[in-house]
Amino acid sequence: MKRLLVASAAAALMASAAHADMKVGVLMGFTGPIESLTPNIAAAAELAMKEASDSGLFLGGKKVVPVRGDSTCVDAAAAQAAAERLITSDGVAAIMGADCSGVSIAVANNVAVPNGVVMVSPTATSPAITTLKDKGYFFRTAPSDARQGEVLAQVAKARGIKEIAVTYTNNDYGKGLSNSFSNAFKAAGGKVALSAAHEDGKADYAAEVGALAASGAEHLAVFGYVDKGGKGIIQASLDAGAFDRFILADGMVGDSLIEAIGKALNGSVATAPGSDSPNAKKFQDAAMKAGVKGESPFAAEGYDAAALIVLAAQAAGSTDRAAIRSKVLEVANAPGEKIGPGELAKGLKLLADGKAVDYQGATDVALDDAGDASGSYKEYEVKDGKFATVKIH
Amino acid sequence: MPVDLVNALVLLANFVVVPAIAYGSQLALGALGITLVYGILRFANFSHGDLMAFGTMATILATWQLQGWGIGLGVLPTAMLALPAGIVAAVLAALAADRTVFRFYRIRRSSPMVLSIASVGVMFVLNGLVRVIIGPDDRSFADGTRYLLNARQFKEATGLAEGLTVRTSQLLTLAVAVVAVAALFWFLRRTRAGKAMRAYSDNEDLALLSGVEPGRVVLTTWVIAASLAAVAGSLYGLDKSFQPFTYMQLLLPMFAAAIVGGIGQPHGAIAGGFLVAFSEIALTYPYRKFLRYLLPEDMQPDGLMQLLSTDYKLSVSFVILVVVLLWRPTGLFRGRVL
Repeated sequence: MKRLLVASAAAALMASAAHADMKVGVLMGFTGPIESLTPNIAAAAELAMKEASDSGLFLGGKKVVPVRGDSTCVDAAAAQAAAERLITSDGVAAIMGADCSGVSIAVANNVAVPNGVVMVSPTATSPAITTLKDKGYFFRTAPSDARQGEVLAQVAKARGIKEIAVTYTNNDYGKGLSNSFSNAFKAAGGKVALSAAHEDGKADYAAEVGALAASGAEHLAVFGYVDKGGKGIIQASLDAGAFDRFILADGMVGDSLIEAIGKALNGSVATAPGSDSPNAKKFQDAAMKAGVKGESPFAAEGYDAAALIVLAAQAAGSTDRAAIRSKVLEVANAPGEKIGPGELAKGLKLLADGKAVDYQGATDVALDDAGDASGSYKEYEVKDGKFATVKIH
Repeated sequence: MPVDLVNALVLLANFVVVPAIAYGSQLALGALGITLVYGILRFANFSHGDLMAFGTMATILATWQLQGWGIGLGVLPTAMLALPAGIVAAVLAALAADRTVFRFYRIRRSSPMVLSIASVGVMFVLNGLVRVIIGPDDRSFADGTRYLLNARQFKEATGLAEGLTVRTSQLLTLAVAVVAVAALFWFLRRTRAGKAMRAYSDNEDLALLSGVEPGRVVLTTWVIAASLAAVAGSLYGLDKSFQPFTYMQLLLPMFAAAIVGGIGQPHGAIAGGFLVAFSEIALTYPYRKFLRYLLPEDMQPDGLMQLLSTDYKLSVSFVILVVVLLWRPTGLFRGRVL
């Protein structure tokens, strides 16, 4: 009996060694306040992994296997438990995620960095992440909100808004964005009449809206989440007739908002990371063919985050966690041959031959030394019940 | 009247009076159920909030079914048609809880504290059930015409700077609450079963000697309390939005309402409901714009003129509760219960 056990254990070991695929964690809030966005982000990331697997060129024919975990976007304890499971039980080589800034910081500080696992977040946009003590393990393909705040302030100014009330979801993301927006808006000569936090998960936001309306401003900037408090704030504002034009940030760009609010949202403006470069177009076409909604917010960033992990592993020539870390910036930046979306096979081949690549991807990735993407933003306006792109910043 | 004064009053009506009336009606209906159970079954029923959630959940499921069949009420929300399903579900849940938990302690004549603690257990079970069946997320089930009076239309029609909104759900809440309360009072005062309930509440042993059947009184109490819970919960969900957790949070203002009015006093519960609702909203509303209409220019305030931040809304009920228990433990209305 004992011998049989030893034999089967050895067989199992050999079987796993023969395949030795690279597992990559996909840590996204599949439940929680951005649950309508995350399926598309995860699908885009898994598209990049599939592309690498199918090419047959990744580390001599290995496969890249996604393993999903639920970050919940807001519950740091749950996100850490999920990350812990990915790292210790599933043995992932790196993590594509997490999504919301608060849980991303928690996972990085308490799980990923201590375990020496690279995280590439497609969505964590808080300015606080730039200065995170991550020992170089944390990267993001989404630009920092320090920049989004400036862009939003420009957009508001360009539309002739002089006085504005700001409400933000009470977490790292909301606070960071509201600070950078308020500073930029004031610097541009505007007035922030009131900046107040709102808690997610309330049934009724009439009181919060009453306070915002009492500030005397006629426009409201909402930096919250599309499936939670942000939607409640907009609904309550329209109900009370307090505001009817809104300035929205990336967490609010989602079709579920328009479904819930309807045509009353027409005329509101929003920004979210994105560009109209040829690469973005190329990615969307490729995604559509694979049945993934490529135009959904952060889907392109998700694809790029996964692609960076794959290319870094290829450049390192192994699935070793620390080796991946040392190569991320190298494959993301010049010099090297430019690699667009859908060209992972080409990139893998070049790296295998010992040549350098500069991964451009769907969002024209370039990472600075802190691991932050520079990134560009799309300005949307709600027209005829749709988020229509009006400009690229 | 000068225009500024009218504007100030409309502003206050829009942000304080109208929302508080709707919210007060919802609290009053909930507090009535709590007060009935306390008056007759003699314990503080903490599961009442989640009984509301349970009834609302059934209403929502029935509403979706009706919407699927294409049945609606036109301008009124379909949920009104689905309300009987919610009531039946809440009644069945309450009776099941009574049969499995509360009856056991009642027969042993356990102390009210034991029953109250048992009701906390029932609360968690009900809440878990609701989350398993319909999920923990926000559910919106309002349809029909949303506004009776729209802020923009009001502004255009009157030429005032301030708008006034009255939502269908707000008026509906008030109307349903008035009907439910009137029916309850009629039942308690005029019918045999109602009189039996009052007798049982007044003196249990004397009532039993006079031929009041206790089983029936308990049954009637649960049916009424659960019906009120389902109606209150559905109206709250319709007016605001449905999330299983928010009903647990409603427990505090509802208990405050019942205790302020004098627990066991139906008219006290109604008065308490409105008192708590108006305090919560009026104390957290910033009066800056209101005062700007009324005060001369050099006296206009710069601050928000807000007594309490909106974050402290829930604590208003706490303060009311503490103040009442310290200075007038019997509540506003004294005397015999029911």
